[in-house]
Amino acid sequence: MTYIVNLNALAGGLFIIAAFGILATRQIRACLKLFILQSLLLAASALLLGLSPFSIHLMAVAAINLVTKVFFLPWLLRRLLNEEVYTRREISQAITIPSALLIALVLTIGAYFFSLSWVETASAASAIRINVPIGLAGLLIGALTLTTRREAVSQLLGLLAMENGAFFAGIAIAQGLPLIAELALAFDVLVLIFVAGVLTRAVHERTGSTAVGRLSSLREEPHE
Amino acid sequence: MVKHILFNILQVLVVMGFSPLAVGVLNCLKEIVQSKRGPSIFQPYRDLRKLFAKDEVVAEESSWIFRVTPYIVFVAPIFVALLIPVLTSYPLFWAFMGDMVGAGFVLALGGFFAALAAVDTANPYGSMGASRTRMVGFLAEPVFLIVFFSVSFVADSTIPYIVQQKWVTPMANFFEPSHILLLVAFIMLILAEKGRIPVDNPSGHFELAMIEESKDLEYSGRGAALMKWGGWMKFFVLMIVFSNVLLTPWGLASTMDWGAILLAILLVMIKILFFILFLVLVESSLAKLRLFRISEFMSAAFVIAVISMLTSVFS
Repeated sequence: MTYIVNLNALAGGLFIIAAFGILATRQIRACLKLFILQSLLLAASALLLGLSPFSIHLMAVAAINLVTKVFFLPWLLRRLLNEEVYTRREISQAITIPSALLIALVLTIGAYFFSLSWVETASAASAIRINVPIGLAGLLIGALTLTTRREAVSQLLGLLAMENGAFFAGIAIAQGLPLIAELALAFDVLVLIFVAGVLTRAVHERTGSTAVGRLSSLREEPHE
Repeated sequence: MVKHILFNILQVLVVMGFSPLAVGVLNCLKEIVQSKRGPSIFQPYRDLRKLFAKDEVVAEESSWIFRVTPYIVFVAPIFVALLIPVLTSYPLFWAFMGDMVGAGFVLALGGFFAALAAVDTANPYGSMGASRTRMVGFLAEPVFLIVFFSVSFVADSTIPYIVQQKWVTPMANFFEPSHILLLVAFIMLILAEKGRIPVDNPSGHFELAMIEESKDLEYSGRGAALMKWGGWMKFFVLMIVFSNVLLTPWGLASTMDWGAILLAILLVMIKILFFILFLVLVESSLAKLRLFRISEFMSAAFVIAVISMLTSVFS
């Protein structure tokens, strides 16, 4: 039984590193890989939590996550946008990477602080101690990624990382989440990616770039 | 007591004797990954023998610092080898003379003199390298301190022999997020401190791009040999701290007999080999960062170290 708690803690540690990686990585392909890793860790955590008091719901969460986020979603993103988008490096963020990292640090401290009341009441072996603060931190760091990034794909990955964080905290709190909600959420995410991907592709075809930062100014003719 | 002192001396001999081998294996494996044949793993020993046999040339304008530095650089890692658990899991004669912070200071002293000596001969490349090393150094310094803070939060001590026990008793400590984050931060520190890719390219011979290597360009003969050997020993000592104190505190001798010690030498070498394999993987898959991107790398290490401390405080 203890090794399940241990492995879950390990997954938690790696999960928050992946969240920081998505925030700080410039190359979009590496960003996508880190997102896949993060989703894999989320699935692993759900599987581990589903094992110890046996819960078919959490197993299902793990399976859905594995299929949609680890395999299907990256494949979809790769298919929708051409290779050039992924080899690109993002040079200009809204704020520089070191300051974004420091803000993320403050957010993580906040996440630990806010989840203190949960952590204090939980028993030492409970997954809440790991999953709630780290999931909350992952959510906040994802939101930060969403605001600092200026490329469409990495913004999208920030949004998905937010969702991953919410799930990571959620699987420890709400053990018996109805399966239908899980399924609905998973398909929601897929539809979101599909729409955003098609939109990004259209923008890319028209303007030759996926930099969202340029969209703030109005222009009649396409930007070169 | 006599045996403790003997074992302590043996630790130093292991660090002195095997550090060129570790570097040789690293260089050889890196070349093999690039589908070359690679130099012999004993090449560093041959380099040392060649350099010790050669004459030494010292610039006329240089001061005593230039002459003293090779000895300081050579001796600093030896002192650290006395303080850390290289072979045994029980404290040896010198174990309580200094903690991990002390060991860090002793290593930093060597780095400080190396930087001074690089400026001393007024070789432009030397001072450029020295200023860059200092830049990396002062970005690494806060990370070092935070790592020690988070170690002391977990183990209530920074003596390496005590820290080593705390990570595995109870076993749950080993899997804690604070431990994982600490390991990542410390790996990034080793890469920065020893000038490996992605911070610096150790096999590059282009002076303008050098960080670490350009400091001993002016040395020849015995001075060069001592500087090189000292650098390898520092690298070896950092790997030992990482593998024996932080990552895998198993496989060390727990009894006083010589058989256990010899077995421990073998196991430590296997651990180092795994660390070297990891380094080869990192070095052949990443590119060197631009100079001003290093601050990003180090700030990532800093943030990871602070979160490691945070998680150990809050849990």
